Amino acid sequence: MNFDDTPQEAEFRATARAWIGANAPKQYEEELRKSSLGRTALKNANILEVAKAWQKKKADAGWACLHWPKEYGGRGSSPIERVIWQQEEGPFGQLSRMFIIGHGMCGPTMMAFAREEHKRTYLPPLASGEKVWCQLFSEPAGGSDVAGLRTRAEKDGDDWVINGQKIWTSGAHYSDYGILLTRTDPTVPKHKGLTMFFLDMKSPGVEVRPIKQASGASDFNEVYFTNVRIPDHQRLGEVGDGWNVSLTTLMNERSAIGAAVSTGFPELFEYCSSLMLDDGPAIEDRAVRSKLANWAVKASGLKYTSMRAISALSKGERPGPENSIGKLVAGSMIQDVATYALDLQGASGVISSAEDAELAGRFQAMLLRAPGTRVEGGTDEIMRNIIAERVLGLPGDIRVDKDVPFNKIPTKGRG
Amino acid sequence: MNFDFSDDQKQLRDQARKFLAEKCSPKAVRVVLDGKAPYDKELWKGLAEMGFLGVAIPEEFGGAGAGHLELCVIAEEMGRANAPVPFSSTVYLAAEALLIAGSDAQKKKWLPAIASGEAIGTLALFEGKGNPAPKNVKLTAANGVLNGVKKPVADGAVADFAVVAARTGSSGRDGDISLFLVDLKAGGVEVKSLTNLDPTRGQAEIAFKDCKAEPLGAAGEGWSILTQVLDRAAVLCAFEQVGGSDRALEMGRDYALDRIAFGRQIGSFQAVKHMLADMYVSATLARSNSYYGAWALSTNAAELPEAAAAARISATQAFQHCAKNNIQVHGGMGFTWEFDCHMYYRRANAMALGLGSLTYWEDQLIDRMRKKNAA
Repeated sequence: MNFDDTPQEAEFRATARAWIGANAPKQYEEELRKSSLGRTALKNANILEVAKAWQKKKADAGWACLHWPKEYGGRGSSPIERVIWQQEEGPFGQLSRMFIIGHGMCGPTMMAFAREEHKRTYLPPLASGEKVWCQLFSEPAGGSDVAGLRTRAEKDGDDWVINGQKIWTSGAHYSDYGILLTRTDPTVPKHKGLTMFFLDMKSPGVEVRPIKQASGASDFNEVYFTNVRIPDHQRLGEVGDGWNVSLTTLMNERSAIGAAVSTGFPELFEYCSSLMLDDGPAIEDRAVRSKLANWAVKASGLKYTSMRAISALSKGERPGPENSIGKLVAGSMIQDVATYALDLQGASGVISSAEDAELAGRFQAMLLRAPGTRVEGGTDEIMRNIIAERVLGLPGDIRVDKDVPFNKIPTKGRG
Repeated sequence: MNFDFSDDQKQLRDQARKFLAEKCSPKAVRVVLDGKAPYDKELWKGLAEMGFLGVAIPEEFGGAGAGHLELCVIAEEMGRANAPVPFSSTVYLAAEALLIAGSDAQKKKWLPAIASGEAIGTLALFEGKGNPAPKNVKLTAANGVLNGVKKPVADGAVADFAVVAARTGSSGRDGDISLFLVDLKAGGVEVKSLTNLDPTRGQAEIAFKDCKAEPLGAAGEGWSILTQVLDRAAVLCAFEQVGGSDRALEMGRDYALDRIAFGRQIGSFQAVKHMLADMYVSATLARSNSYYGAWALSTNAAELPEAAAAARISATQAFQHCAKNNIQVHGGMGFTWEFDCHMYYRRANAMALGLGSLTYWEDQLIDRMRKKNAA
């Protein structure tokens, strides 16, 4: 049992470290390092531009989308090399989060289902950050029931005509392309009538409206489609096979192994180490210590769970659904940690502006962003279902709409 | 990176699991649970024959000399089987104290006897309420003679010898404490069994009256040795707790698949599914923390004190969580003496206290993290 790199891994790490050391945008390092959940903007620069510049630099030197094949703009690296890269990229990896949907989900889906000429056209600029992609799955009536979507696609000559609405689309407001899941046949059970496409987000009839979130930020959007035309050659997979195509996308959604999940714990520990309470240092308070210890073992538990998954990758094994625990544990933990950090601030914890709040409002921003973490990419409840069904082998939920034609499924809560 | 046990170690795990499935069935555990024997002597003999008692004891002292990763593997299986034997007190506490601080003669006398199953050992530290702390050690040692009372002492009623923490100074510092080795079969020792939460592992009160003892380790070094022993035992116990957590989770899962209510397997109800998923989560976090502890223990890393405390807290919580909710999944049947759920519930809650309470380990963890951050 050890934490050592194999000789090849060590060599890869050294090369990556040297290149990052010579090329990363160091002027933003401190700010990126201190940005926690809910606070990733840069003070004096447009983060999207900085991210695009860094991504382009990586792509030109062959460090973009490491696990993608070279002909599509990647490096053809092994999964473990990807993990090592993430470890070495450190805070600069925060910049790549602007492209996470495109690189993590759209790209792999295109690779699996697009025509060869489309792959060669669209994937390299996606890898290099020149073009940004979004994923258009969720709908207002859908939520966790992704397959309950209503956006229609109807065949018209060589085109498909799209009408409907998507929601929770991360980054749609700055995206150039998107992958889109539609309903092409409402007369069959819901999973069977779906078809996937990719489209130019600048197509006529596409309207993007940013959603102001509970946190006050606007990372997500509503996207409306009014008679949007998509040529049939931009279809991904067979007509009616969209659900299977989307499963490929969703399987890639699970956050990349090795990427550190944000728990808020290091921030809280640092804060408590210097904070003075009415009757002495916070870190010497019995109750504070007990809280910290309980979160400390969760944070380290996640860290070493991730190390075990990386070890499996290193041996060429593929880690399984057990990695769903990262988001499940970290999501509610960061919410609790932020709540507690504000509690320690007493009445002044209510102040949230960067100028006036304690630690420039870091924990306040975290508190307001945290609920989203527990929902996006699958709610806590969906994560628990995944663990219960796929890891523990418990029965799936009973689905009363499973064999019912989509247009016969009730749509109201009370009937 | 290879943050995992080796294939040989996994093979040892399979071997131990198979052995314990055969020799330590719930039925066998119940003989001790029902008070018909103080511990499972046949199993103890078998463990010695398999080489499990001395797996981490060097060959020159009669052990297998394999190492602590191997001992972690065995510990997990002992926990999974809820083995009713004085394993933790003998192997983690007494043997580790001897390995750390024993003279060559002391090692030669006791370690081979432990490995062969002839000697049961324990650590006599606690004196009533309170956590491990020098100020809580009141038993005195003067001119090699002990006077005072220890309780609870794990497996004290069946132990042949004890490592005893005694007060040898009055400076108010850690250096006031020294360790002694006592042959419990010699004079000056009175042992009384104590009914406790987990009858499959006995607890005792031991009164020492003008009892002759030989020093273990240097005078005044007792507390520093004890801290090391407790840290090492914390990692090893964590593996037992992880094994117990996994078994309790499995029992709950199996029952949820088997039991039908309201016309469905109860495992198809989200309330039950999610409870089991949460048990899996705590067991997994505990396992990962314990692996880190195993790495630190086996490499004697500077991180051991912190890793041990994290493993201890995480594994204690996981075992309590899984054992408690296993009963909940079973409903009324889970609360019967007949079902095995309560054996794990008892063990989980007894183990949570054995090396000092969670409060103690939380305190240790934060102190150690602060030290590391300051360094």
